[in-house]
Amino acid sequence: MLNQHTDLDLMFQALADPTRRAMIDRLSRGPASVSELAKPFDMSLPAVVQHLQALENSGLVSSQKVGRVRTVQIQPDALSLAEQWINDRRTMWVKRLDRVGDLLAETENEPETRT
Amino acid sequence: MTERGITHASFTLERRYKATPARVFKALSDPATKAKWFNPPEAWGKDEHTMDFRIGGIETSVGGPPGGAVHAFKAIYQDIVPNQRIIYTYDMALDDVRISVSLASFELIADGDHTLLKLTEMGAYLDGFGDGNAIRKEGTSILLDNLGAHLVRESAN
Repeated sequence: MLNQHTDLDLMFQALADPTRRAMIDRLSRGPASVSELAKPFDMSLPAVVQHLQALENSGLVSSQKVGRVRTVQIQPDALSLAEQWINDRRTMWVKRLDRVGDLLAETENEPETRT
Repeated sequence: MTERGITHASFTLERRYKATPARVFKALSDPATKAKWFNPPEAWGKDEHTMDFRIGGIETSVGGPPGGAVHAFKAIYQDIVPNQRIIYTYDMALDDVRISVSLASFELIADGDHTLLKLTEMGAYLDGFGDGNAIRKEGTSILLDNLGAHLVRESAN
């Protein structure tokens, strides 16, 4: 198993929420202040801060406070290359096995050929 | 200079198909049938695929994202038990740099009128993939999309 299995679990949890995915999407275009991040969402600032904490705990983002402004940025290295690689392989196989299922369903009534 | 190192990792996926083991085995072993599902990511377009399905036989798939690194997959079938088991080892290269050597096992278990397919991949990932740029280039956002899509599927199952 991956050494940083717990980290991956935290990342999966962090990304399970649509608000947090939207925040990641925004941050992938560049760093933003907490109030900038909060703007598109119809929720209280404490709720936004809570989502950011979940993202920060997962290692997907980091934040820095300068004066009174906290700036949040994405951590592109949160996943090691090996983790990215294994995840890509896994995701690819999830799709492939889905297609095998589709194919088997489509050909369900075809006579089995002897090989 | 290339920093040498190996990271080991593995994953297991299970699917329960409404089909006989013979039909699932055919989907995995018949080149024409396999070509219908063994596609690379859609954005890559069609790969060059060859398949010699017998113990010691070789399967290759060469492709990659447009303008990106050439991904070359080369597998050797190590064990085949019809309708029950397929094991191959494979290596992956990005633009001629070998990035991983892996073992993939497919187990087929009859379960009433269904078949349980269990895929286990164990890999040795080499040297941080050269400088790693080829993979990194494809971007964190794609990765996050994948993770998100993966989660949706996991929770749907």
